[in-house]
Amino acid sequence: MADTTTGAATGHAMATHAPTGHGAHGHHPRLQHHFYSMEQQLEASTLGMWVFLVTEIMFFGGLFMAYIVYRTMYPLAWVESSRELNVLMGGTNTAVLICSSLTMVLAVRCAQVGSRKGLVTSLIATILLGSVFLVVKFFEYKAKFAHGLVPGPYWDPHAVAADGTLQRITLPFGSEIFFALYFIMTGIHAAHMIVGIGLMTVILVMSAKGRFSAEYYNPVEISGLYWHFVDIVWIFLFPLLYLLGYHLGNVG
Amino acid sequence: MSTPDTERHSYLDAPYGLKAWLLTKDHKRIAMLYLMSITVFFAIGGMFAAGIRIELLTPKGDFVTADLYNKLFTMHGIVMIFFFLIPSIPATLGNFLIPIMCGTKDLAFPRINLLSWYLYVAGGVILLSVVAMGGVDTGWTFYTPYSSTASITNVSLAATGAFVAGFSSILTGFNFIVTIHRMRAPGLTWFRLPLFVWAHYATSLVMILGTPVVAITLTLIVAERTLHLGIFDPRVGGDPVLFQHLFWFYSHPAVYIMILPGMGVMSELVSAMSRKQVFGYSFVAFSSLAIAVIGFLVWGHHLFVSSQSAYAGLVFSIITMLVAVPSAVKTFNWAATMYKGSVSWESPTFWVVGFMGLFAIGGLTGLFLATMGLDIALHDTYFVVAHFHYIMVGGAIMAFMGGLHFWWPKMTGRMFNETFAKISAVLVFLGFNLTFFPQFILGYMGMPRRYYAYPDEFQVLNVASSLGASILALGYLLPAIYFTYSLVKGKAAPANPWGAKGLEWTIPSPPPTFNFDRDVVVTEPAYDYNPSREVHVG
Repeated sequence: MADTTTGAATGHAMATHAPTGHGAHGHHPRLQHHFYSMEQQLEASTLGMWVFLVTEIMFFGGLFMAYIVYRTMYPLAWVESSRELNVLMGGTNTAVLICSSLTMVLAVRCAQVGSRKGLVTSLIATILLGSVFLVVKFFEYKAKFAHGLVPGPYWDPHAVAADGTLQRITLPFGSEIFFALYFIMTGIHAAHMIVGIGLMTVILVMSAKGRFSAEYYNPVEISGLYWHFVDIVWIFLFPLLYLLGYHLGNVG
Repeated sequence: MSTPDTERHSYLDAPYGLKAWLLTKDHKRIAMLYLMSITVFFAIGGMFAAGIRIELLTPKGDFVTADLYNKLFTMHGIVMIFFFLIPSIPATLGNFLIPIMCGTKDLAFPRINLLSWYLYVAGGVILLSVVAMGGVDTGWTFYTPYSSTASITNVSLAATGAFVAGFSSILTGFNFIVTIHRMRAPGLTWFRLPLFVWAHYATSLVMILGTPVVAITLTLIVAERTLHLGIFDPRVGGDPVLFQHLFWFYSHPAVYIMILPGMGVMSELVSAMSRKQVFGYSFVAFSSLAIAVIGFLVWGHHLFVSSQSAYAGLVFSIITMLVAVPSAVKTFNWAATMYKGSVSWESPTFWVVGFMGLFAIGGLTGLFLATMGLDIALHDTYFVVAHFHYIMVGGAIMAFMGGLHFWWPKMTGRMFNETFAKISAVLVFLGFNLTFFPQFILGYMGMPRRYYAYPDEFQVLNVASSLGASILALGYLLPAIYFTYSLVKGKAAPANPWGAKGLEWTIPSPPPTFNFDRDVVVTEPAYDYNPSREVHVG
């Protein structure tokens, strides 16, 4: 029976939450009250990030579904439009992101072995590489606007010749959808990059303050998972958007 | 009797005040915050429904204009689905009970749990601002190209509201999954978990896998309206039917977000009220997962008349019928649990029995609609309206009310008036049937949904339906009164007023802030009502 209610005052809950409770019981100061152990806390937060990433996969999944449907409907438009994208810039960004994943792994490793200096350096490198990606992306977008490759009322694809004259380009029907998807997919990806850089900045500040140790580095690890996920989305976006024209050869 | 000593340590009393409540990380307090907010939205959604039923009293469109009528049924749908039904059981009863049933102090991520409530409120505020600016007229389904290009109402803002509320639902599901995987007390194996937890696990899977898809779909609508990125615009080659696929990929499974937690509540109530172990525990547990999985493969039955190929329709039709199998497993197992059990006719039992009757009708009429040939005749008629209200109101809300009565003493520490509770259950059951059964006949006779006027020969049944709706409203108003009264004058609840099994009944009512006074170790299966094996519990 449950008539032990008067025991509430003297029970476990009170003892662990007394001011000196944590130290007296040998609990790590970063162990939250509702977990039994640091291992359980790490397992829960890691699983949490994985579950969150599953929701992210489904979120991007809707866009990839739309991509598949329209690519099947307008294959020619897809090839022709893909050629309008700047492979050099896209390729550079791919390399930049792969390097940022490396620095992220190094950050987690440094956290595991308790090297605060290595952790801070790796995080700064990761943030810088992420920023380089966004700067390149900005110039790419700017070029698309300059060439009228923006769906909607300002859709007017053209090339600018060396003498400054405009040469109108005729893209097949369906190309506006390609560019709509291009902007939404890369735009949402870029938004995730911005969130990632913000996250890394927080982690950087925490690291500089010495909040992490070999016993407690969950935030570094799970932020790293997020960072790798955002990279992997780009690894899919790059060939699907930029390399299609090359891959499918000289159609049209 | 509860002593002052226990009162002081209950979660309701420990640090008191508005700030302590609004910044709480306690899953029980967040559940109460959710309970209050969804009640507000239930009332708002109910008022929109009242507008619809008043208009349909007479064949001519006279109470409201056609435009306003469109807005009424749209807002009724959006409010009731995104702001009441989806959070109803998971965010209140689920939030309150899952950590306790798992034998732990809180959900895995208490701060994210609070964030989920704030997102819900933010989405709600956005939606109410849409109402203040005149509402939306697209139907809750936001079908393109009407929503993306034609409608001149605040579609973007309403879609944003649903988007934000969707994230609150994702965070709830996310928290449940991690909690159920990682936070169970020692000895609490998967097959010792209450079926309520299994049902919420299945629901959470649907929440995290489906909701992001509708989030991106609504984002695309907003992008099309504001940035002219015409993903669904036929003028640039877009396909409006793609929207329907993406929308129903979430919104059909969303039906299971609404009903699966209700089924979890039912398993607890049937067992406790019959003083008997649930018949076929593992079948009931796995049927929840089966419903969640099959539920993702049936969305095409909403597109039987939307230019989908007949072969695709055939496959979707067959898979849809398969959902009936796990649903029937549950229904028969509940009936088998009650059979030869010592059923006590207390108020939760009334809601249980009401659920079983209404859910059976709702489920069986679903088979009519899954049959492609029949659906072509019944599509977009009142038959469909009646069918899904039998599932959502007759199923989900009956279960929610049953669960609320069952766990109210645990949540608040107060007993409510049993007689009024029984009267309310009977009123809801009768009022509900009078409201929605005539709609099956109306639909079969050919009355289409979403019209504000109708031919004269449909009037008698429509008047019956509106009459039923007012009885139904009374049936929902009554609990609001006696529950509120119980908070002020109700008798103090003992730890286990129903004589039920389960970890939540081993702790005081209302529970202390950290739920358990000591670390929990579970040594027995769920629903261990068999007296020959009874052992001393805590």
